[in-house]
Amino acid sequence: MTKTTVDKVWEIVQIARNIKRPTAQVLIKYLIDDFIELHGDRLYADDSCFIGGIGLLNNMPISVIGQEKGLSTNEKIKRNFGMGHPEGYHKALRLMRQAEKFNRPILFVIDTPGAYPGIGAEERGQAMAIAVNLAEMISLKVPMISVVLGEGGSGGALGIGVSDEVWMFENATYSILSPEGFASILYKDASLARQAASDMKITAQDLYRYKIIDRIIPEAKDGLHNDPEYSFNILKNELIEKYYELRQKNIADILALRYKKYRNIGIYEES
Amino acid sequence: MNNIFEDRKAKVETYKKDIRGKKEKLFKVDIPEGLFVKCEKCNEHIFREDLSTNHYVCLKCRSHFRISARERIKMITDIDSFYELFSNLKTLNPLNFPNYEEKIKQYQVQTNELDAFISGVATLGGEMVAIGVMDSFFMMGSMGSVVGEKVTRLVEYATEKRLPLVIFAASGGARMQEGIFSLMQMAKTSAVCQHHNEAGLLYISVLTNPTTGGVAASFASLGDIIIAEKGALIGFAGQRVIKQTIGEELPENFQTAEFQFKKGFVDMVVDRKDLKKTLVKLLQLHKKAELR
Repeated sequence: MTKTTVDKVWEIVQIARNIKRPTAQVLIKYLIDDFIELHGDRLYADDSCFIGGIGLLNNMPISVIGQEKGLSTNEKIKRNFGMGHPEGYHKALRLMRQAEKFNRPILFVIDTPGAYPGIGAEERGQAMAIAVNLAEMISLKVPMISVVLGEGGSGGALGIGVSDEVWMFENATYSILSPEGFASILYKDASLARQAASDMKITAQDLYRYKIIDRIIPEAKDGLHNDPEYSFNILKNELIEKYYELRQKNIADILALRYKKYRNIGIYEES
Repeated sequence: MNNIFEDRKAKVETYKKDIRGKKEKLFKVDIPEGLFVKCEKCNEHIFREDLSTNHYVCLKCRSHFRISARERIKMITDIDSFYELFSNLKTLNPLNFPNYEEKIKQYQVQTNELDAFISGVATLGGEMVAIGVMDSFFMMGSMGSVVGEKVTRLVEYATEKRLPLVIFAASGGARMQEGIFSLMQMAKTSAVCQHHNEAGLLYISVLTNPTTGGVAASFASLGDIIIAEKGALIGFAGQRVIKQTIGEELPENFQTAEFQFKKGFVDMVVDRKDLKKTLVKLLQLHKKAELR
């Protein structure tokens, strides 16, 4: 039996969410030497959904900020399944400013179903926290690359996703909403998530075609969890090359290009 | 001249073809036909004319009715001072999403607008401003490529002409049918606001009912001064989603303008009748600082 597009896209969604899929901490461990984790947003709390710290990428000091879903069940609960609170976005911003001060490039690892929809999150300004990150990131004076590792869920992903380049793993997804949420809003039926996933155009290939992302990191057959080293090696080499290239440029040029990248997204007709 | 008539003729044709006889499918606007209007909050029957002379606010309970972007512009700007800009942008269907074009067409006929954002320049109490207003009657004011682009052009225009910026948000969030393109409008509009900000210019963001999702999490939250209109629903996640996630009831007044004020996210909560004079005062104050 041949697979339809709907089947193929749904397979990717499942791979992106696979509990065996390596998370941000695994990626950091593989790519970054001497990683030192830093904690807290200096305002309210330490959101354990976000891992942030400094280390070396091929001997280059770098700041890394990633969304962490957790490996064991207990850790997943502790990390709130990668769904950040405002303090997580504040912590990310604090570490971005620190990176800027010490002129360190930044690597963002995106892996979240979305920013957490809860009472506390609203009370502490989830919308404001994300908005401020979007605005600040556009003029942060260091080279930045965001990599979507698993799920790129909506504004929660974008909150650390405004960079000079955005890359995606082959079986990662990046979308405005979960296929389930989308189906329940637009088709009034959450069980149509399979169809929604395909209609929404959330795969790396689609987003590359739309020029929303700049590069796709290939994965082993049936997904990253089958051979993480293969993909992480490729990622590491490409990152080293890209940061080297970015660091040769004047920061004003980098910022102008970053602005242009986002400024020009949108499809409409002008009469 | 001919074009206007051709346009109108085309619109009437579309109306005949797409809308007539399908009325039950269209969503209800807040202000029904008839001589009297019932307030949804307190059930008071209000004489229609009284409602319009009272800023569409219930005379009894002061609940604020939702109003269209045009009505808002009329209410806020000085008479005949509004000059519309960037009205030539039309919505396409970037993802080839099923039935999206038809839906857009329906709302265009219903609201007589091309999409959910109106932008231009106007004077407020004699002060020149770049002004943008979202229309919650057009697909719940959702932000797709056209809304994002118009916001962006307006803010760029304000930055270039060194004008203060006033934007009235009224939106359920990003427009689902444009998928990732809608999501990216959050980054785009925030980026352009940041440039306006770095140019040292004033941005007053007015959050009206509702301001949620991707619009709350982008340009609407980036004002130097943030005003919430009385009674507005303001927040990130939808209440149904939060309830489902946490499995409990939400506290009273959750995500209201008053809630946001208490939590420190807006500078003030203003009754609609006082909005214009509040804006004018703020604009004049900033102008004085500039002249000094």
